[in-house]
Amino acid sequence: MSTDAFPALSLVPKSDVEMKAKDFKTDQEVRWCPGCGDYAILAAIQGFMPELGLKKENIVFVSGIGCSSRFPYYMDTYGMHSIHGRAPAIATGLATTRPDLSVWVVTGDGDALSIGGNHLIHALRRNMNLKILLFNNRIYGLTKGQYSPTSEQGKVTKSTPQGSLDYAFNPVSVALGAEATFVARTIDSDRKHMTEVLRAAAAHEGSALIEIYQNCNIFNDNAWEPLKENDVREDNLIRLQDGEPIIFGNNADKCVVRDSDGHLQVMNVADVDQADIIIFDAHAKDPGLAFGLSRLYNPRTLTNTPIGVFRDVTHREAYDRMAQQQVADVIDAQGPGDLQALLRGSDTWTVN
Amino acid sequence: MTKQVVQVDRVVIRFAGDSGDGMQLTGDRFTSEAAWMGNDLLTLPNFPAEIRAPAGTLPGVSSFQLAFADHDITTPGDQPNVLVAMNPAALKANIADLPRGSDLIVNTDEFTKRNLEKVGYASSPLEDDSLEAYRLHPIALTSMTVEALKEFDVTKKEAERAKNMFALGLLLWLYHRPTEGTVDFLKKKFAAKPEIMKANIAAFEAGWSYGETTEEFSVQYEVKPAAMPAGTYRNITGNLALSYGLIAASEQSGLKLFLGSYPITPASDILHELSKHKRFGVMTFQAEDEIAGIGAALGASYGGSLGITTTSGPGIALKSETIGLAVSLELPLLVINVQRGGPSTGLPTKTEQSDLLQAMFGRNGESPVPIVAPQSPADCFDAALEAARIAVTYRTPVFLLSDGYLANGSEPWQIPDATELPTIDPAFATAANHTSDDGTEEFWPYLRDPQTLARPWAIPGTAGLEHRIGGLEKADGSGNISYDPDNHDHMVRLRQAKVDAVAETIPDLEVDDPDGDARILMLGWGSTYGPIGAACQIARRSGIKVAQAHLRHLNPFPGNLGEILKRYDKVVVPEINLGQLNMLLRARFLVDTYGYNQVRGLPFKSSELVDVITELDQQMQESL
Repeated sequence: MSTDAFPALSLVPKSDVEMKAKDFKTDQEVRWCPGCGDYAILAAIQGFMPELGLKKENIVFVSGIGCSSRFPYYMDTYGMHSIHGRAPAIATGLATTRPDLSVWVVTGDGDALSIGGNHLIHALRRNMNLKILLFNNRIYGLTKGQYSPTSEQGKVTKSTPQGSLDYAFNPVSVALGAEATFVARTIDSDRKHMTEVLRAAAAHEGSALIEIYQNCNIFNDNAWEPLKENDVREDNLIRLQDGEPIIFGNNADKCVVRDSDGHLQVMNVADVDQADIIIFDAHAKDPGLAFGLSRLYNPRTLTNTPIGVFRDVTHREAYDRMAQQQVADVIDAQGPGDLQALLRGSDTWTVN
Repeated sequence: MTKQVVQVDRVVIRFAGDSGDGMQLTGDRFTSEAAWMGNDLLTLPNFPAEIRAPAGTLPGVSSFQLAFADHDITTPGDQPNVLVAMNPAALKANIADLPRGSDLIVNTDEFTKRNLEKVGYASSPLEDDSLEAYRLHPIALTSMTVEALKEFDVTKKEAERAKNMFALGLLLWLYHRPTEGTVDFLKKKFAAKPEIMKANIAAFEAGWSYGETTEEFSVQYEVKPAAMPAGTYRNITGNLALSYGLIAASEQSGLKLFLGSYPITPASDILHELSKHKRFGVMTFQAEDEIAGIGAALGASYGGSLGITTTSGPGIALKSETIGLAVSLELPLLVINVQRGGPSTGLPTKTEQSDLLQAMFGRNGESPVPIVAPQSPADCFDAALEAARIAVTYRTPVFLLSDGYLANGSEPWQIPDATELPTIDPAFATAANHTSDDGTEEFWPYLRDPQTLARPWAIPGTAGLEHRIGGLEKADGSGNISYDPDNHDHMVRLRQAKVDAVAETIPDLEVDDPDGDARILMLGWGSTYGPIGAACQIARRSGIKVAQAHLRHLNPFPGNLGEILKRYDKVVVPEINLGQLNMLLRARFLVDTYGYNQVRGLPFKSSELVDVITELDQQMQESL
C-alpha cells in the first residue's frame, strides 16, 4: 500500500525499500507463556508495520511494566521498556521533541489504568501524537494473578479470596471521558479486524487509544470467550461501521436505537422502524453516541460488546504540532536567540 | 535644605510589611538602584508560603533584606542597619534582629488599636519606651501617600497601596540613590494603567521629597561603588542565572532544551523563565505531575534533546523511580532540586540543604548519580553548565542542588563572554561498533568508551542502530536482558565506576588559606559559601588562622579532598541540615570532622560561624 495513505505521518521519513514483517522481528527469544494472546498481537503488528512504509529507525515503541510491556524487545525498531505506568509520559517527551518519529505505546490494563491512569488521561486530553495499544486481559499476569482495574467485580484472585470489591473501569469510556480524539477496540484473535483498526489509528493525527482484548491463558483464561467462540460470537459483537446502521447478531436481527429518554437500547430489528436504527458516525464531534455505545455491554456476560473505531475526530490539533509551531512562530517573528544578548539583558552597568 | 552626607562602607536594609504591601517589589527596586550605582550587593527575600495570609498578622509578614557595600560582600547581612516596618506585625516579627542604635522607620498609620491587638501589643510600642534603644522615625506613610495623591484619579485604596513607593522614595533619598531607574520601571510596569502609573510615580517622588524637607532625617548616607573587576555587570537571582545556564548548555552542546516540569515553590520561576525563550528552540512542558515531568524529560533525552526537570524536595521524592530508570538507561538528564525546608511539605518558601542524602541515596538499588551544587546566586549559571557537561559526557542523570536562598537571592554578575563558554560534545553514535562472531557489523548500546565508561548515545532516526533499552539489567556490551549473577555484579560496579570516573575531569578543590598555616578548615557546600567566607574573613581580622574550602562537586568528590581533610587539625562542616555532608565525609575518609548545623529555614549568620571558629580556636590554644 502506498504511504500516502497516512498523511498523519507526513513528517516521518519513508523507507526506500519495501519492508516485510520479518524486518520488524528481533533476534530476541519471545518469552511470553505458550498460548498467550500477546503472540497474535505481536504477529499482527509486525505484519502491519510494513504497510506504513516508514524507515524503521523512525519508529519507536515505548512500554511500561507488565507482560505486554515486553513488547518493544521483539520489535526491530527503536524501543524502550520503561517503568510501571509511565510510558505515556516518557513517550510524550519523545513525541513532542521529535515530530519525525512514529511513536507507539504498549501497555496493559494494570499499567495504563491503575498505576498509570493519570498519564493516560492526560496524554489523551492533550491529543499527544501517540498510538497507545492497551492490552486488556482483566488480570495482573506478571505478578501472578491479582485482579486488575478492568476485572469484573467479585473476581476471586490471589489477593481477593472472597471476591474483589472494586467496580471495573471501562477503558473506552475512560478514554472518551478524557476527550480522546481516536478510540477503538479490537480482539487479539481477529487479526483482520485488528489490522483495520491499526490502519485507522495510524492514519489519525494525534493520540489514539486502542483497547485490545487479550487472553491470559494462565491467570484468566477464556476471559473474552463469548466474543471468540464461533457459535455465540456474532450474537455478542457489535461491529461498528462508520456511516452504517448499527445492526448485529448471528442473523443480523439486532440493532441499536434510542428509547424515549434518548438512551441507547438494543432491540430486535423486527420490532423497530428501520428509520429508528442509529446510523453510526465515528467522526461526530460530540462524543455522546460513542460514549453511549461504550456503556452498552454487560461486563460480566459481554453481550452487546461493540468493537471497531468508536471515535475518530480531527477538530483538535495534535499537541506536538502545536508545540513545534509555537517555537517556529516565535523564531519567525523574532529571529533565533542570541545568547550574548540574553546574558547581557537590559539593565547593566560597567566597571572600568 | 542641604543635608550632611555621611560615607559608610556597608548598609543592610530590611523592608518588612504585610504580604500585600509590596515589600518584595520595593526591595527589588532598591536593589536595582544600588546595583546600578556599582555597589556589591546580596539580597535575602523572606516571605510566607500563604499567598495572602490574613492582613496584619504575624504569619502574613513578608520581608526583603539587602546588603550593599563599597567592597566585595558575601552575605546579605546578619542584622539590618535600618528596618522599615509597615505595620505592627512587621515590627514585632523583625525587631529582635535590629541592633541597638539602628534606624527604625515605622508607618504610624497602621498602629491602630485593632492592628496592635492582632499581634498582642497591649499598648503601642510607639508610645511607651520599648523602642528607645533605636533611632525611631515614626512616619505617617499611608496618610502622607494618600495626601500626595489626592489630585489623582485613583481610589483611596489604590492610593494607599502606593505607600510602598513612598517608602522606597524615602529610602532612596536616605541612601543617596538615583531615582530614574524606578521611574522608568513604573512607567513600564503600569503602561496599561496610566492613572496608576502617575500615582505611583507621584508617591515615589513624594517620599523622596519628604526625606529632603523633613527634620526627621538630619543626614544622608552614601555608599561608594565597590572595587569590582572591570567588566559589564547585571544583577541576577539564582533561578534566573540557573535558567540562563541551561540555555547556554543547550547552545554550547547543540542539543535542544526540553524542560518537563510541574509547578512547585521555589523552583517554578525556572519553568516560567525558560518558557519565555522559544527563540532558542526551548520547549517547556507543564506536566500533569512530577513523575510525568521527569518522564517527558527522559523521553526527550532519549530522542536526543537536553532533557531537564526542575522541582524541589517533595518532587524529587516522586521522581526517584524515573531517576533510577535514567541510571539504568544511561541517558543524559538534568534533575534540578531547588531545596526547601522539609520533611514533607515542610517550609515551602524557606531554605534548607537537607536533600543531599536524598540525592545521593534516594533510590532503590545501587544507583549512583553525580551531584553538583552552586555556591551563590550568580554561580547557578556555571553550575548548570557543569551539570550539563557531566550529564552529556557520561550519559547519566545529574543532580543540581540549588536552594531557596540561592533561587530568590540576587547579586551582581559579571556577564560572561558567550564565545568563551565551554562547549559540550554530545558525540551521538552514528555507526555500528561491534563485529559479531559471524562477521556482521552490529550496534551494541552498552559497549563503553574506555576512558569515560560512557555508553554510546544512539538516537531514534539513526539507521542501522535500532536497539531496545529498559530498566531490566542488561548484559555488559550487548545490552540484552541478562539475569546472570556475575554480569549483574559487574554492571553494578561499572555504573559506580563510571560516576567515580567523573572525578578525573573535575578540578582539584582549592583551599583559601592565606598564610598556609591554618589549623582549622571550614568546609561547606552550596549556599553557605557566603556566610562561611564572611566568617573566615572576620575571624582572620582578629588573628585566628582559619582556612575555607567549598565543594561544588558532592558526588564524586574532587580527587584531592581526602588529602586536604588530613592536612587540618579541625575540619568544621557547617550545613543547614543535621550533618549530611559531614556523614558522607566521615564515612568516606574516616576523619573526625565536626558538624555545625542549624535548620531554621534561613541562611547562616556569619556572626554565629565566627563564634564557632573563635571557640574552636580557643579550645585548640588551651590544649596546646
